[in-house]
Parts: sequence; C-alpha cells; structure tokens
Amino acid sequence: MVRLDNITLRYRPNATPALNGVDCHLAAGSFSWLMGPSGAGKSSFLKLLHLAVRPSAGQLHVMGRAIHTARRQELPGLRRRIGVVFQDFRLLPHLDVLENVALPLRIAGRGERQLLADATEMLRWVGLGERLKARPEELSGGEQQRVALARAVVARPALLLADEPTSNLDEAQSRRVVALLQQMHRLGSTVVVATHNQWLAEENPAAMLRLEAGRLVEHG
Amino acid sequence: MAERTPRTRGRDPLGLKRAMADRLLPGLVAAMALLAALALAGANAAATMASRWEGGAAAAMMVQLPRSIAVAPAASRLAALPGVAEAIPLDHDRLAALLRPWLGDASGLPLPGMIELRLTSLGPASLALPAAIEATIPGAQVEAHGVWVARLSALARSLQALAWLVLALVAGVAAAMVAVATRAGIAARRATILILHDMGATDGTIARRFAGRIAWLAGLGAVLGAAAAAPLLWLLGGLAAPLLGDTLTMPWAALAALPPAAAAIAWATAHAAVRLWLRSLP
Ligand SMILES: Nc1ncnc2c1ncn2[C@@H]1O[C@H](COP(=O)(O)OP(=O)(O)OP(=O)(O)O)[C@@H](O)[C@H]1O
Ligand SMILES: [Mg+2]
Repeated sequence: MVRLDNITLRYRPNATPALNGVDCHLAAGSFSWLMGPSGAGKSSFLKLLHLAVRPSAGQLHVMGRAIHTARRQELPGLRRRIGVVFQDFRLLPHLDVLENVALPLRIAGRGERQLLADATEMLRWVGLGERLKARPEELSGGEQQRVALARAVVARPALLLADEPTSNLDEAQSRRVVALLQQMHRLGSTVVVATHNQWLAEENPAAMLRLEAGRLVEHG
Repeated sequence: MAERTPRTRGRDPLGLKRAMADRLLPGLVAAMALLAALALAGANAAATMASRWEGGAAAAMMVQLPRSIAVAPAASRLAALPGVAEAIPLDHDRLAALLRPWLGDASGLPLPGMIELRLTSLGPASLALPAAIEATIPGAQVEAHGVWVARLSALARSLQALAWLVLALVAGVAAAMVAVATRAGIAARRATILILHDMGATDGTIARRFAGRIAWLAGLGAVLGAAAAAPLLWLLGGLAAPLLGDTLTMPWAALAALPPAAAAIAWATAHAAVRLWLRSLP
C-alpha cells in the first residue's frame, strides 16, 4: 500500500530535514499507530502519504504508484482514494457541516441525491446527525474533529490517515473515534493514526511507528 | 430533530462565491464597459464624419473670376500653378444648381466665371496657393472651404484611430483588473483551494469554478455598463445627427457584444491566473 525507501523531506533547500532517511512499508489493510514527540515529523510523514508534499530524496510508493517520479496529473486521482483527518481539521468555514462532509463526494463527481444521503449517514455515524446545518464555527473542537473524521471516511478511502484525531476529545469520545477508525480498518482501509495518546495506543495494540527528530526509530 | 430536506447549494457547492469581491468587480467592469461603449460610438461617429467630409474634399478650392477675364485661358493658367492637379471650369448649369439653395432659381442671373481646383496635396503648400492665384489673376476671389473640410476629414480619421486605441486600452485594463480581482480571490480562498487540491480536485476543476464565477460577475458588470451607455449614445446620436446627416448609425451590435466579450476576457484571465498558481503546488 505504502512504501518509503530512504525518504528525506526538507521544506526548504538547506533546512534541517523534517524526515531523514526513513524506510518503511505499510501493508494493505494494516492499522498503524504513529508516535513521537512534538516536531518529530509525524504530520510531515502523513503529508507525504497523502501527496501534499513530494519527497526531497528517496523513493515513495503509494497504492502501487511511484510518487517521486509521477507526473502532476496522476496525483489528483490518487488523492481521491485517500482520506485525511487533519491535525487542524481544515473544515471550510463558509460551508455547513453537511456540505463539508459531502465535499469529497462532490470532487469525486457523485450524484447529488446519493451524495447527501451518504454524508448525512456518515454524520449520524459520528454522532452529529442533529447538526447537519451548523457552521463549523458553531461547533466545539471535539465536534469539529468528528466532522473532519466523517469527511475523511465518507468516500470509503483505501488509505485513511488521521493526524491527532483525539487531541480535543475526552476519554469516552477518544475511544469512540478509535472504534470508528477500527471499523474503517475492518471495512478494508489501510489506517495510519498519529497520536500523543499513549494509553489509547496501549489499549488498542497495533503496529507502531515511532519518529524522533525526523528518523524512524521503531517500526513494528 | 426537525426533519429538513438538505438543500443543495445551487451552483456553488465549493463555496467559492463568497471568495470574490462580489460587488467591486461588476462595478469596475461596468465602468470599463461604459468607456468601451463611448469609445466605440466615438470611432463610429468619426468614421461617419470622415467619409462624409471626404466627398466634399474633392473640390478643394473655388476660384471666382472677375467678369473681365475669360474662363478657359484662366483655367489653363491656374492648372499650371504648383500644387494644382486640375482646374475645371464650372459650366453655367452646374453653377446655377450650386447656388439654388441660396438664390432660388437663378438661371436668369448673370453669373461670374468659376473654376474648381483639385489639389495635389492638402499640406502647407496649399496655404500659399490663394496668394499665388491672386498674383496670376488679379481680382480673382478664392474660396478654400474644401481645404478646410479635407483637414476636418483627416482629423476625423485620426480621432477614429484614437478611439480604437482607447478601446484596446480599455480591454487591456479590464483584463488586468480581472487578473487582480482573481488574485485577491485566490488569496482570500487560499486555504479552501489548498483543501480542494489536497482532496484530489484537479487544477481544471478548481480553475473552471473560479473562472466561471469571475466571468459571470464581469458579464453582469458589462451588462450594467452597456445598459448605462445606451441612453447616452442615443442622446449623443440625436445631437450629432444634424451635423452628419442621417448616415449616422449607432454601434448597437458592438454594444450588445460587450457583455460576452467582457465575460470571455474575464474567464480566460481568471482561468490562467488560477492554473498558474495551482502549478506551484505538488
Ligand atoms: N510547512 C512547513 N514549512 C517549514 N517547516 C515545517 C513545515 N511543517 C513542518 N515543518 C517543520 O518540520 C518539522 C516536523 O514537523 P511536523 O509538523 O511534521 O511535526 P509533528 O511530529 O507533527 O509535531 P506535532 O506533534 O507538534 O504535530 C518541524 O521542525 C517543523 O518546524
Ligand atoms: Mg503534527
């Protein structure tokens, strides 16, 4: 599903690399925790995986495609098969919750009727069936995070990436979000979850990727 | 929960509408369209004037001979003057026809001998000609109205060229303005575009949405500008008609073409600007 070979990522030509010589392989249908101190490169790692940045050096394969050599026009089609829960949610402020969740389906060109039904169902799934018409700013941080999760999974992505999806949630809600991610995993998605939340990872044993200062120090 | 059928967001599911300077752009384009309409009308009127006056310019000068001088020999002497292409004696009937508006039926009157001169050029040499004619045929009266008309005609042609230049400038400024408005729109919706891009929207989809929106706004502005110009042109046309005869036709077709032209300029500019920016993303 995903393979990194000696990947280095620099945001600027001579800056310290955010990722440095990372080798790793994520099998299709796997579930992995991504951990490490703040600034270790977790978000950068996920950005590479959802094709928001290209590696500065090394070889990156995502869903069988060589990203380091792919032409620009090949990337949008791949991105549509990847769902992302961003660390800062990145909901569109001027669209209501339902439209935010419907967005990936619109980009994929789904029919209007099916798309709204799917988005509504997904919002019920994350417990926000009552807030379809709310604007993101009218929601709490935790509610926004669940909207972001609904948006990430609505198009049934083959690869699901979540960047700190429980940072704004209490214990009960964190458990519920992880349960939702595991449900997507059972439905066939390859899942990577970056988190600081040690107990959550311990409660739900899975493959562990640990980054420190841009290097992958644990993989298994 | 109150069951409400989720309504779709019409033609703007990506919410790009609110990204634009929704009132500024149509206002600016309306002003540009008004200027373009005036330039068009100016070019049109100048062309009409020029062609009308060119007809009159052929008879560049009229020489009225004293009664003592015979017409035919005077004509050949005038034809020999520098700057004169041709000297044509006017026969009695033609002269009577020319004078009819002023004198009524004057066929019985004794009319002076008249010679029509056609000039080789309307340049400075023609200015010296009246004096040369006086010297050749003492007592001859020179009427240089034709020269004046010819100069007006040349002026009208220059005005016409100027009007086209203004039109080209207006189109250029309008395109630049749309580009600036688009850039502002992109800046205001940078985050939105980045999200759409990260979710797998193609450059073409994003650019088309922006361009469609901008084109609509510009087209709307041009309709307003053209609508404001129409009564103005009609009024000016009414004022100019007596001067130009009934040959003056207003450029209504060109006026009607302004909104689609503005929309097309806007679409192309916006599309190019958005694509250019998107190309800097991975
Ligand atoms: N867009 C960017 N431009 C320049 N530098 C960046 C950018 N994004 C991240 N960095 C740098 O890359 C390094 C890794 O950042 P990253 O966001 O991947 O860390 P992280 O592990 O996600 O941290 P956190 O746990 O705080 O979210 C940091 O030093 C950061 O300053
Ligand atoms: Mg991070």
